[in-house]
Amino acid sequence: MYNPVMRWLLLVVWAVLACTPKRVVAVKVEETKLDIVAPWLDPAGFWPRGTLPAQRSLGEALADPGTPPVVIRGARVMTAAGQTIDPGTVVIDKGVLKYVGAAEGAPEVSGAIVIDGTGKVVTPGIIDAHSHIGVYPVPSARAHSDGNEAVAPTTPYARAEYGYWPQDPQISRALAGGVTTALILPGSANLIGGRGFTVAMRPARTASEAAFPGAPSTVKMACGENPKRVYGEKGGPQTRMAEYAAFRTAFIEGQAYVAKQAAYAKLKELWNEKRMRAAELDGKRKDHKRTIPGEIAPEPPPFDLRLETLGGVIRGDVLVQIHCYRADEMASLITIADEMGFKIRSFHHALEAYKIRDLLAAKGIAVNTWADWWGFKLEAYDGIPENAALITEQGGRVTIHSDSAIGIQRLNQEAGKARTSGQRAGIAITDDTALRWVTANPAWVLGIDSVTGTLEDGKRADVVVWNGSPFSVYARAEVVIVGGQVAYERAKGMRSSDFELGHGTIDGGK
Amino acid sequence: MRSLLLVAALAAAAHAEPLAITGATVHVKPGTVVDNATIVIDNGKVVAVGAGIAIPAGAKQIDAKGKVITAGLIEGLSGVGLVGVELEASSVDGRFGPVDPVHDDPIHASFEARDGFDAREVGIAVARIGGGLTTVIAAPAGGLIAGQSAAFSLDGSATPVRAPAAMHGVIGADGAAAAGGSRGKAIEMLRELLDDARAYGRDKGGYERNAKRRLIADRLDLEALQPVLAGKLPLVVEAQSEADIRAVLRLATQFKITVAIVGGAEAWRVAADLAKAKVPVFVDPTANLPANLAASDVHDDAVAVLDKAGVPVLISTLGASGTARTLRQLAGNAVAHGVPWNNALAAVTTAPAALYGLTGRGTLEKGSVADLVVWSGDPFETSTVVENVIIAGVAQPMISHQTRLLERYRKLPLSR
Repeated sequence: MYNPVMRWLLLVVWAVLACTPKRVVAVKVEETKLDIVAPWLDPAGFWPRGTLPAQRSLGEALADPGTPPVVIRGARVMTAAGQTIDPGTVVIDKGVLKYVGAAEGAPEVSGAIVIDGTGKVVTPGIIDAHSHIGVYPVPSARAHSDGNEAVAPTTPYARAEYGYWPQDPQISRALAGGVTTALILPGSANLIGGRGFTVAMRPARTASEAAFPGAPSTVKMACGENPKRVYGEKGGPQTRMAEYAAFRTAFIEGQAYVAKQAAYAKLKELWNEKRMRAAELDGKRKDHKRTIPGEIAPEPPPFDLRLETLGGVIRGDVLVQIHCYRADEMASLITIADEMGFKIRSFHHALEAYKIRDLLAAKGIAVNTWADWWGFKLEAYDGIPENAALITEQGGRVTIHSDSAIGIQRLNQEAGKARTSGQRAGIAITDDTALRWVTANPAWVLGIDSVTGTLEDGKRADVVVWNGSPFSVYARAEVVIVGGQVAYERAKGMRSSDFELGHGTIDGGK
Repeated sequence: MRSLLLVAALAAAAHAEPLAITGATVHVKPGTVVDNATIVIDNGKVVAVGAGIAIPAGAKQIDAKGKVITAGLIEGLSGVGLVGVELEASSVDGRFGPVDPVHDDPIHASFEARDGFDAREVGIAVARIGGGLTTVIAAPAGGLIAGQSAAFSLDGSATPVRAPAAMHGVIGADGAAAAGGSRGKAIEMLRELLDDARAYGRDKGGYERNAKRRLIADRLDLEALQPVLAGKLPLVVEAQSEADIRAVLRLATQFKITVAIVGGAEAWRVAADLAKAKVPVFVDPTANLPANLAASDVHDDAVAVLDKAGVPVLISTLGASGTARTLRQLAGNAVAHGVPWNNALAAVTTAPAALYGLTGRGTLEKGSVADLVVWSGDPFETSTVVENVIIAGVAQPMISHQTRLLERYRKLPLSR
């Protein structure tokens, strides 16, 4: 895709713009108050100097400064940080948890929305580490199917953000299930499917408005049956043998890209020193010389979208999320990661993770799995409902994920089922641990655990008020707060997506 | 293997002598609950149930104090036994594409699920011990007419409890695919099929003499539809949109046949008419997505609307195999959305028994088949486990592929 001529042309355009006194482009961006800044912009990308929009940092509050504070009183507060406060008070101000604790000692805030939590349970917002909402929306239609770039087995350049349809009716339904954050992933047709997209589950006009501010980038990979099935008759990989060769080939390229960039950085450093010395010789101590007669400036390596992802994995900037079912395959991928020098953040589905839970726990690799799915294909044949509990017992990090727009609406129940299965096998799972399966642990998988996933002072106010124990089949979310804003109230019903407006009764019609 | 044999021996022994289960809260049928009850089972039947029942001499006893007992759950539309490993064709039966590649024909009325059912499929034990399922109606799917279902006990028996149980069809988007792309055409083909089957049934001699016009289906398909036309076998049709559901109701009136609706995304919009015509509806209470452009008025509380209107509701996983054990969770979610608890229990016991004519199943009244489940608590709750499953009076082994894997991997490192 890289075109040196185009780059040269753009540089000329930039030079012209940069030399005009007002630097129009940069100023315009700064003056714009609309929150449509894409959070996934590549700082090292193609931006003419001064035009890269400001990027939000991890944890920056989503709430308007004008959003009223929220106080929840008298509820059983389960923090997912080892504490249950009953009754407890939660105070939210400017999108952040200002106070979580006993009623006495709660700070006064004026003009707050007050929620009577008597008989209710408050938890952190549910986080799903594996969703295709927005990239596989409903109504299911070819026009909306943007989750698998199934044209080649490795498409690291693809990004879920660009496929995300913010009017997917599934979004408001997930929110009504208490979900405040999800990792939207490309599908599993490809070995390396592309970048994931971490969203705050709230109404949005654009993908960037839905984006969880500052969340680290992720990449979706898949091993085993799916890539074989999709590409077996389309040039391969036809076997697992070639799948793993393709993984290694890709990351060898990623290594080379990173090495080139490092070499360029070194050369540039030397070049800058040279320019400094040349300036000194000219007697201008504080200035670099732009050019040195007779010498050529080092050329930066081409910016490559494909290799940015693979190199990002090598550099550790991109969190690796791998769809993988079988224990032996997970072990193979761990070996490849060790060889290439990158870390796997988590395995997804991972129905046989319990078989190698010692290895996974030792490596610090998280497991995202279901409570009781199994058997739909041969690599899922050995799934057991005790998977989550066994890994937890080993000291591993577990999340209960959905991979389903139906399942995402009741991850709380799924955590309850997984706990029950563990307890039956003699593995004690506390309320807090089971809650962490769908809150703090997926926050870690997404790399946002420092700002959300638990109810602790100073964290983002992603909060759910339930009508009872969240693990019960009868539990319903009554209020869901995303980044300090009340995003769902059961009493008021779901907010329809634009698509649903005027459609029958969902929009209040007949 | 030894433990399996042992259990088999115990099971055989249990069959020989009466069995008394004491101390549980027993849901004799939906709405009839007896605390601290005793159930006496003999010869595969419930012979007595209630508080203060005398235990027969020599009876084997199970103490179920603090437990809850219901009739075994019945999944009225199941893939269990037909669909093993979904993505491996060799373990999938009774799943047709829009058009049968051999006959270029979407009508599979003569297909019998009993021929495709694998009584040794590993999912059977998983559904039984995880979900408390004792009976499934193994139902074919796909095409315009998928074929005949069969009811099986989940005790490993290859002989159906009832076959055929119903005739199954598909209209709407999937039916349209089978009918060349038009939903209306799918309904028209269904009407033509029933009409031809009736013509065939009235003049089989003429058919054999080749004195009939060309009919839409093959002889055995036409033959298989005769019990449907006679009102003896229900026609269970997948239909999601209001328009399609109303079309099925018109077919039922026109041909005087018994029908049931599957899926019914917009069935709640037709609730009054469905109730009046006593047409049952199979519902997955969690299916609240407007998944289909032509049937997008989908509601969270639809199951409660149907129930309240008096429509016989059957809660179902709608053909699932691996996740068949989640049926009880679906029932719980129906309750969470406003269905009375007893009605949700009926929707997974008595309602399917009634639709499929499974006499003596779905309740624990005196004389019923002794298919029951001992639960650790509320059967629908996520915190509840299945303690015992008894089918036709026989305590079932609580062993599956999954429990054996758990045993092997319970402790690491693995022992030899």
